[in-house]
Amino acid sequence: MNLSILLSLVKIIVVIAYLYGLFWVMGVKVRPVVIGGKKVDFSLAINVLGVVVAFFIIQLGLTNIGGFQLLNNFDSGLLFQACTMTMVALGLNLIYGYNGQFSLGQWGFYGIGAYAAADITYRWTNGDASGLVVLGTGVILAGIAIWLVGKFTSNLRRMPVLSSFTLYLLGSLIAAFIAIQLGKLLSPAINPLLGTNLAPGPLAQGVWLQVVFFLSVIFAGIFAAEISFLFGLPVLSLGSDYFGIATLGFTIVVYTLMVNSDTILPFPEMRGGRGMIGIPKLTTWFWAFFFMIAVIVAMRDLLHSSHGRSILSVREDEVAARSMGIDVAGTKLMAFVIGSLFAGLGGGVYAHYIGFLSPGAFDFLIGFNPMIIIVFGGLGSMTGTITASFGWIFFLEGMLREVLGKISPEAPSWRYVLYPLTLLLLMLIRPQGLLGNTEWGFLKLPTVPFKNTADEGENA
Amino acid sequence: MNATPEQTPVLEIQGLTKYFGGLRAVNDFNLTLHEGDLAGLIGPNGAGKTTIFNQITGIYLPTKGSIKFYGVDIVGFEPHEITRAGIGRTFQNIRLFSNLTVLDNLRIAFHAQSGYSLFDGIAATPKYQKREKEIIENAQELLDIMKLSRVQNEIAKNLPYGEQRRVEIARALACGPRLLLLDEPAAGMNPKEITQLMELIHFIRDKFKLTVLLIEHQMRLVMGICEHITVIDFGEVIARGTPKEIQNNPKVIEAYLGKGA
Repeated sequence: MNLSILLSLVKIIVVIAYLYGLFWVMGVKVRPVVIGGKKVDFSLAINVLGVVVAFFIIQLGLTNIGGFQLLNNFDSGLLFQACTMTMVALGLNLIYGYNGQFSLGQWGFYGIGAYAAADITYRWTNGDASGLVVLGTGVILAGIAIWLVGKFTSNLRRMPVLSSFTLYLLGSLIAAFIAIQLGKLLSPAINPLLGTNLAPGPLAQGVWLQVVFFLSVIFAGIFAAEISFLFGLPVLSLGSDYFGIATLGFTIVVYTLMVNSDTILPFPEMRGGRGMIGIPKLTTWFWAFFFMIAVIVAMRDLLHSSHGRSILSVREDEVAARSMGIDVAGTKLMAFVIGSLFAGLGGGVYAHYIGFLSPGAFDFLIGFNPMIIIVFGGLGSMTGTITASFGWIFFLEGMLREVLGKISPEAPSWRYVLYPLTLLLLMLIRPQGLLGNTEWGFLKLPTVPFKNTADEGENA
Repeated sequence: MNATPEQTPVLEIQGLTKYFGGLRAVNDFNLTLHEGDLAGLIGPNGAGKTTIFNQITGIYLPTKGSIKFYGVDIVGFEPHEITRAGIGRTFQNIRLFSNLTVLDNLRIAFHAQSGYSLFDGIAATPKYQKREKEIIENAQELLDIMKLSRVQNEIAKNLPYGEQRRVEIARALACGPRLLLLDEPAAGMNPKEITQLMELIHFIRDKFKLTVLLIEHQMRLVMGICEHITVIDFGEVIARGTPKEIQNNPKVIEAYLGKGA
């Protein structure tokens, strides 16, 4: 038993060290080298190479070489879970940690992303292209509709938020209607190429299936983002606490729809409360790593841009932000939509790793997990969120389950006692979160050097 | 700098009235500012000065009246639209983005002029990199003018009070205003700092070709730099004129010191 505790601890430390190394190599800057009279900057090449190497290190561990596999299925499961949790928690940190909007709706968007992506690939592998066609054209058309309505209403000042919401909703519904009609029209043409579940056709295997999987995750993310746009538009105009309650309500609504997905919603394949089975397990380490890195890079770049600073300014002082020419309502909505997009992507990756979706996994009580993680890691710290996501999964699902499982079969339930106690302790010792404001390597905002001025000693 | 009758006034407020429920905070307030004016708005506590500022900047919607900025009626504009149109302001109780650095405070004010899309930011396109560089240069230039270069990487809330005031003015200037509204810029300053502030306000007015309207309780500052003063009490204008005229106006003395003083 002692050995397994030690081993689990080592795993956590190795994972954190791995992350540190990853962000370090992603942020390495080297001096430009002069080759043939031309200055060549190798920084970006080294950063990309570092990411590729980091990917292959884990990939090697997951590969079975001559009967030996360093990371077993249990470990790889933990890794995939940690990757999805990172995406969801980063999105929530953008909404709550950086923009200051207390949201409990993240888990709902995660669930929407999971079910939407799963439905696309499930139908695809069962000889039905309508999932991809309808959702794909749907999100694109709805995006166009939202953009058009936005263009149209931008000239109208002080428009009541519910009026503009109605217009956006109308536009999206029209888009959805067109998409469903298109699906009826187009999918019969594609269906013969898909074959059946047992005898997959040319489009339902190999590279094509990977492409469909990729698209399903992207579309699921955009779908979640568009729902969050429609939901956030009226609800974000509420004050912060009311917004929290409303988003909690959203998560419960999503959960209820999942439980009744085969009765009140027309999706028999989701099987309601019994859970959706038979989702192709397409998430490989490559995809999990790819989507996680994409989310991390996008969020880091966003935060280091002028738009990211406007997100921060809203958290700091809304009235001052407004007086500095920042569209506060628009900025809140932007952060909320991007955060939900990340959650939707995470959901898509999760669904294809686990292969089975049960509404129980999207219950609002479990929905507090990402909130706990970002508080644990430090609000407004990307490094904190990422390390806390990995640490949390490896500690709670890995170490405690393994160690307690050795005591007795019932003992793993004790982890929900041990883990809140850990949280309590941490809050008492370090209320600013495990890592506070620290950022590692790539995630760190470069300090702007002082301008050369003769200003020294001024300010008498 | 004095206005000729043909010029469009920078700011023209007519019949501005604001009720909070049954309480009349401002009643039929008129004010005209011309290019390059340095005007003061004074009055006892609760006279409605900040309410007027909040209506000009769009934080409150006026009950009645019009506010024209360079001939455009800005009543009903969102606050950020008014700032982008060219009205910058500071706050009575300093409202810096207190957990961010001084430089970031200024860079946020440049957001409206950043000129690149969300996509440019996420993909870190050359346009983004070029504009970011320019924003930093512009911000540093402003900090230099305000003698704040030394503290650019300090967290705003850790600065001494006087410097926070200067950061706030610098941040308002970063929005590129043509009209600057200063809400009690000298509050909490010692006499020496007030003298420096007076020089600073004169300097930025000439340097950035601004029109300045300020609310202030420090009579030394108001009488020292304002060319034109409006006095209000209980939401109504009780006197207008040059500092000298105001100082000798019996109504003003009564409002400030009470009847029989």
